[in-house]
Amino acid sequence: MTEPDTASNRPPTLQAVPPLLLEVQSLSKRFGGLQAVKDLSFTVGEGEIVALIGPNGAGKTTAFALISGFLAPDTGRVTFRGRDLAGLKPHRVNALGVARTFQIMRPFPRLTVVRNVMIATLGHHPAPAEAERRARAVLAELSLADKADALAGSLTLAERKRLELARALGTEPALLLLDEVMSGLNEAETERILELVRAINRRGVAILLIEHVMRAVMSLAQRIVVLNHGERIAEGPPEAVAGDPKVIEAYLGNEDVAGAPA
Amino acid sequence: MRTAAALVAVAVLLALPAVLNAYALTIFILILFYAFLAQAWNILGGYAGQLSVGHAAFVGVGGYTSAMLAAHWAVTPWLGMLVGAGLAAVLGAIIGYLGFRFGLRGFYFVLLTVAFAEVCRILVSNIDALGGALGLYITFTGDPRQFQFQDQRVYYYVALALTLLATGMAALIERRRFGIYLTAIRDDEGACEALGVDTFRYKMLAMVVSSFLTGLGGTFYAFYLFSLQPNTVFGIPLSVEIIIRPIIGGAGTLLGPILGSFILTPLAELSRQYFGQSGLHGAHLIVYGLLLVSVVLFLPHGAYPYLRRLFKRA
Repeated sequence: MTEPDTASNRPPTLQAVPPLLLEVQSLSKRFGGLQAVKDLSFTVGEGEIVALIGPNGAGKTTAFALISGFLAPDTGRVTFRGRDLAGLKPHRVNALGVARTFQIMRPFPRLTVVRNVMIATLGHHPAPAEAERRARAVLAELSLADKADALAGSLTLAERKRLELARALGTEPALLLLDEVMSGLNEAETERILELVRAINRRGVAILLIEHVMRAVMSLAQRIVVLNHGERIAEGPPEAVAGDPKVIEAYLGNEDVAGAPA
Repeated sequence: MRTAAALVAVAVLLALPAVLNAYALTIFILILFYAFLAQAWNILGGYAGQLSVGHAAFVGVGGYTSAMLAAHWAVTPWLGMLVGAGLAAVLGAIIGYLGFRFGLRGFYFVLLTVAFAEVCRILVSNIDALGGALGLYITFTGDPRQFQFQDQRVYYYVALALTLLATGMAALIERRRFGIYLTAIRDDEGACEALGVDTFRYKMLAMVVSSFLTGLGGTFYAFYLFSLQPNTVFGIPLSVEIIIRPIIGGAGTLLGPILGSFILTPLAELSRQYFGQSGLHGAHLIVYGLLLVSVVLFLPHGAYPYLRRLFKRA
């Protein structure tokens, strides 16, 4: 008789499973003859880091576009904090607390770096002076403060990756969708982004990331969802997924391969 | 520094009619009037990067509205000006809704704006109550209440007031969230959406402000020239006159449209007169063409950004 009481009185920090933030339910999307995403379901909990991996063309970026409102799913649904995102335009999804970065970075090249981030901070802080103060704070956090007044078009690849992150962060999201923010970076730059992503997560921002840099995925993610041909083929903690034969097959082909993916 | 420079410029423009002869005054009235239309266009075409080549339609709607109200209902054009601008804004909202809701970009948006202006031109040409293809003529009374002035200098000051109004509006927009969003929408709408910007809403707002201001200009046009013909006032050539100034002066900058008008209007008038006398009507368009090609090749952002860089270096 006393059991239900103890359960409801339990402080949330003691719960084993974090409360649900994002729920993707049997999502499908077809482009002509190509089934880009097929019956995809997974969840992201409050404050969690989940990685979405899979070979090229597995449907990862399409899944991002479906979640962030850039594409409408054929079937299935996405709920964020219990709210159905169906039919919402990208800016509405963002306003609810889901921010995304683009795999092919899309800075506003003719605006300065600080203006780029202001486009994000103005949403919550309509007064330009306050929005600029916030934007400079985000840039300082991502060690881009000295580039604040440069044109975004003049940044290096690594700097543009951080700007992409800074802008997404400027919208003060509860969930950050990161699409390959480490690809093309060298060892030191990758390490830097890894540290930044961890710091962002420590502040309570949940992260869903698409990444090919396996070392980063293994060290960051608490859970990994593996896609192949638009379908989820595996899900679990990094160690379990890395040893899963289906995953190895998806990455290396169906020959009998003993080793795990590099 | 910027405020001081602006005050000096306004003071010079206020004092100017005292030293101009009648011909020069006419040219300056046209410079200011086109600078006003160019600035109104700049809000949508320059800052927001939505290329409208149908802005003549707003001039036409504004002009016909106040002229008809004055002729048939004895409504003073000072009030008719606001009604006309309101109707121009409604037309702008319709074009904007169709274009932005259905995601027409680049050439497709250009075609939509041209098509609307052309439909207006053909409709008005075929409505007898609006004077048909011959258009409307306004009888000169010289009554200021009828937006008519014996003294040409008054037209100059009205044109100056319109230019300052549109420029003040653009300056205000530039500093606010609205204007900052517009410059980002110009660069990448998808990225704006991802950052929480309601691009549809802000493009609509830019369209409504721009078409309202342009509509005000229609009344000035009608009561300065005393006539409205559908082919000129709704025609593509007028739209081109409106957009070529900010493009040459610097689209999306505060002073570009004004500089563009100061460069192009006298050039157009002088070459029109020069070539007209030698029987080469329309040859001034060749001058326009050459100038446009040179600007695109050598000053792709327009004259004003180039001059600003030059002065910064000096």
